[in-house]
Amino acid sequence: MSFVLVQVIVGGLLLGAVYALFSSGLTLVWGMMNIVNFAHGDFVMLGMYAAFVVFTLFGVGPLAGVPFATLLLAALGVVVYFALIRGIMKGPMLAQILGTFGLALLLRYSVFWWFGADFLSLPQNIVGGTFAFWGLRIEAARLLAGVVALVVTLGLHLLLTRTALGSKMLAVAEDATAAQLMGIRPDTMQAIAWAIAAGATGLAGALIATFFYIVPTVGETLGIVAFVTVSLGGFGSVPGALLAGLLIGVIESLSGYLIGAVYKDIVVYALFLSFLWFRPQGLMGKT
Amino acid sequence: MMRRSIWPALLLVILLGYPFVFSTPFQQRLGALVLLYAIAASSWNIVGGYAGQVSVGHVVYFGCGAYAAMGAYAHFGLSPLVGLPAGIVLAVAISAIVGVPTLRLSGHYFSMATIAVAELIRLVVTNTDYLGAAVGLSGPTVPRNIFDLSFISALPYYYLFLAVLAITLAITWWMTNSRMGFYLRAIRDSERAARSLGAPASRVKLYAFMLSAGLTSVAGALYAMMFGFVDPESGLGILISVKILIMAALGGAGLLFGPLVGAAILVPLEEISNSLLGGKGAGLTFVVYGAIIVLIARFQPGGILTLIKRQLERRAGPQAKDAQAVATGAGHAP
Repeated sequence: MSFVLVQVIVGGLLLGAVYALFSSGLTLVWGMMNIVNFAHGDFVMLGMYAAFVVFTLFGVGPLAGVPFATLLLAALGVVVYFALIRGIMKGPMLAQILGTFGLALLLRYSVFWWFGADFLSLPQNIVGGTFAFWGLRIEAARLLAGVVALVVTLGLHLLLTRTALGSKMLAVAEDATAAQLMGIRPDTMQAIAWAIAAGATGLAGALIATFFYIVPTVGETLGIVAFVTVSLGGFGSVPGALLAGLLIGVIESLSGYLIGAVYKDIVVYALFLSFLWFRPQGLMGKT
Repeated sequence: MMRRSIWPALLLVILLGYPFVFSTPFQQRLGALVLLYAIAASSWNIVGGYAGQVSVGHVVYFGCGAYAAMGAYAHFGLSPLVGLPAGIVLAVAISAIVGVPTLRLSGHYFSMATIAVAELIRLVVTNTDYLGAAVGLSGPTVPRNIFDLSFISALPYYYLFLAVLAITLAITWWMTNSRMGFYLRAIRDSERAARSLGAPASRVKLYAFMLSAGLTSVAGALYAMMFGFVDPESGLGILISVKILIMAALGGAGLLFGPLVGAAILVPLEEISNSLLGGKGAGLTFVVYGAIIVLIARFQPGGILTLIKRQLERRAGPQAKDAQAVATGAGHAP
């Protein structure tokens, strides 16, 4: 294998870990409440802008921007749950789709209105320079984003499977009424799920803001990436999202390198459609 | 019988007379745009409202019509009108190809698949030189004869669109009162129950989707004729899908006149905010759009007409129910 190819694959894996992180949030609320958040990609966009604002106002880098974006988005997630999701969860399908779709427009164009449509970016060397391992050149920003995302996604999986909180959330997902009879408040658990899901997008957004272009409509592309990841990994499965996220990162990088940058999105969308058609349950998920 | 037809008749009189009462070019253009979006939203309503399959990719069919109309001129020097039937055929064919696999998917999955199809096609067209790539295709700059349908005044467009809207609504009305309409309502309420009673759910949903796509392509062709060009953003951008969908939902999805009411509210809102705020207003318009959809979804998923209907029924008592039901499209069995 040529050396450039290895470089491309490593780059894809690092970006894929970030995809996995924010897609875990989508798969969590989807699996738990059967709600599809069409605003998910726009949450990531907000995380990017949060990191950007922290930098421009206080001149501090990701060390402050990342926690701030995570907490801000987690708080937003709770607000969205109580103000919107709880009301439309039991409503007709049209209301569910419109509700989160309207939220996506509201967020995207509020940012557009405030910041304009220009491409923004953080200073190039905000995290540090470029490392070289055995001849592989990796930007520090991408390395940081990939490693943090990987660790947090694994942590999220452990939280859901190995802790009392995770079991309670699972119980609510299985049967909210039965869980309530066992003394678990479904409302609290679902609000926590939204805080985690949105917090993950804030974290992911702040991480990729260090090397990605920042623009109000970036959420549209990232949202579709999250849908692809979740449908590939199986609805509700965090390990599935991790595997799928890494896979999509690599496929995207490879097709960008081999066919051309304009076609990488086309490849991802086509992959998504073929998965929805031929294997709607994903790689690892149940139906 | 009198009561049943009085509301549509009144509406028709208002629509016919509008350009005479509001006769400035801006107002006539506004009226034409309301009717144009009402055509698109009414077409969406067939599959999104009556069949309950929320397509967010209808801009694909809109684009078929727009590109076919402009392509007929740009590549063959023909009137854009010649492209219109070609656009319908193309839209119906694509909707069949897309519909067979995606209509099996339920609810959210269908919506997501339609978004992905729309974005995929937009990206492909943006990179296809034959279709003008990112620049798009233009129609005749100077009309050669009346069949180019290129007018400076908005008035001819207004009546053309009104006629097409009337045809679209007539088709919708006919469909809702046919066997197919009953199947669709049954499927929307519970697909499983409808299937178990022998309704051919897959086939009926597909027919509704194809009908809806064909009519949407007409709206796209008319749009391109009026504006004289089409590019990937105006002909295939996801925001067009969103606008169409919001108008139908705001007025009342699954009601005959719901999309018209939604268009009559949102199109003036957008045009006025654009002319007042200029380029900066474009963002603000969609902020307001977003807020409106969130509020509708949260508090009144049936749309404005459902709200009005309920208020009227409460005030007028049960005897007014019949007239209202017909006026809002929830017609009774013949």
